[in-house]
Amino acid sequence: MSSLALAHTRYLLLEQVRVPIGLIAGALFPAISMVAFVVPFAGQDPRAATMATGSLMFFGAMSGALIGLSITVAQDREQPWSPYLRTLPAGPAAHFTGRILATLVTTVTSAVPVLVVGALFTEATFTAPQLLAGLGVLVAGTVPFMLLGLLIGYLTAAKGAIAVSQILFFPLAILGGLLLPPAILPDFIQVVSPFTPTRGVAELLWAVMAQTTPDPVALVSLAVWTVLAALAAGWAYRRDEGRRFS
Amino acid sequence: MTVLARAHEVTRRYGQVLALDRLSLDIGAGELVGLLGPNGAGKSTLINLFAGLRRPTSGTVELFGGSPLDPVMRRGIGVTPQETGLPESLRVKEIVDFVSAHFRERAGRKELLARFGLDDLAGRQVGGLSGGQRRRLAVALAFAGRPRLVFLDEPTTGLDVEARHALWDGIRSFHEDGGTVLLTSHYLEEIEALAQRVVVIGSGRVLADDTVRAVRDLVGVRRVSLVAGDLPELPGVLGSERVDGRTTLVTTDPDRLVVELVRSGTPFSGLEIRPTTLEEAFLALTTKESAHV
Repeated sequence: MSSLALAHTRYLLLEQVRVPIGLIAGALFPAISMVAFVVPFAGQDPRAATMATGSLMFFGAMSGALIGLSITVAQDREQPWSPYLRTLPAGPAAHFTGRILATLVTTVTSAVPVLVVGALFTEATFTAPQLLAGLGVLVAGTVPFMLLGLLIGYLTAAKGAIAVSQILFFPLAILGGLLLPPAILPDFIQVVSPFTPTRGVAELLWAVMAQTTPDPVALVSLAVWTVLAALAAGWAYRRDEGRRFS
Repeated sequence: MTVLARAHEVTRRYGQVLALDRLSLDIGAGELVGLLGPNGAGKSTLINLFAGLRRPTSGTVELFGGSPLDPVMRRGIGVTPQETGLPESLRVKEIVDFVSAHFRERAGRKELLARFGLDDLAGRQVGGLSGGQRRRLAVALAFAGRPRLVFLDEPTTGLDVEARHALWDGIRSFHEDGGTVLLTSHYLEEIEALAQRVVVIGSGRVLADDTVRAVRDLVGVRRVSLVAGDLPELPGVLGSERVDGRTTLVTTDPDRLVVELVRSGTPFSGLEIRPTTLEEAFLALTTKESAHV
């Protein structure tokens, strides 16, 4: 990684660490969902509980990536510091890398309470290597959603980013089978589900944590989503000229 | 002379607003150019185009012979951020290091902070700095990458006299070492102290591009204001406006104007003569209204 990307990561992490409330808030929501929905309904079935732990871990990570990042980017764009940064000799790559790495810290942090609840209060079982592989998938699988978050953040004002990211977030989570297992979803959702980016990540997570066989269609569409989101985010960064009034 | 930055027939619109109107301007290596004009004249838009922040609606903008949108070209420039936007939670040294990381050639942090009188503040968070200290940090950041060309947009606004003179010394020494500067300011005094060439822009166009002396003569005008009915034709009037029954005339020769006014026998009251501010002078120069009221 270039030293410039490292400088951006360091700068964003410093800002994040000095206002730590965002980290804590992001970590609580998925853990609460875990206690409210998984523990009473799927807590006794080891396989279902393990899959749900993986899903909710990703649910939290995705919220930080899609909603959190898009709002942060849109808000930062409204500050006069943002146009100054664009005059510095750097393209989108260094800044995006910094954003993604700094957000991954939030991602991993938000996964910890879910794992703790899963391990202590359900029959979810996973070995240390499975857990590590799961975290690896989590980290990699969050990247396309961060790229989508960047895209929204560069296209909309802060208030718009809140609305657009939330409108995308819940359908993507439900269609991808994060909140309810895909097997019990209605037929039409089962048809659409493999084409959402969420399903691809979920398939990978279930595969490494609960030994299921991943659906190839979902994996291919995840790869396509990632490439498209990266291209679109780069385009949105370049066309951005800061906040505009007419 | 090598041209470092060039705008050729540049037009920039924001919706219905025309910020730059087919403006052309070359900035040569080693020049210290003052850019003057009233608010909304297009100064900031021009700097934003040179810094790669915005694209022209039509026309071309070049930086070191390339496009300002190319990050490689921007390695040679320095820009001041607005001091109100500096990230508050970061420490002074962290911001300097972050900005420096973008450049191949870097000014040493210690030396840079010392040059702008910030050496004691390296460990302070920006949120704890005074307005003047933030302003100096913002200007220092323009020099972090050992630029060949710096854009200083109102560099001393909000500074006290001592800090302003210290900053002028810093800009002068950068220029004496071969650096090129494009400076905007509301203060004629500042432009006089620093610049050799002055470019006056108004309504998005270059109104004057000359030496400091020539432009100073151009703006050496006075405002004569009085309450009167219809005025006769008066000599040397560059512009006039009438607000709430009070007429204001902008003239190069207030003495002759008053003599002529008295001679004409027109009744008037409440005569005032005062120097114009730069902004008023430019507004008068750009006003298309006739001298008759």
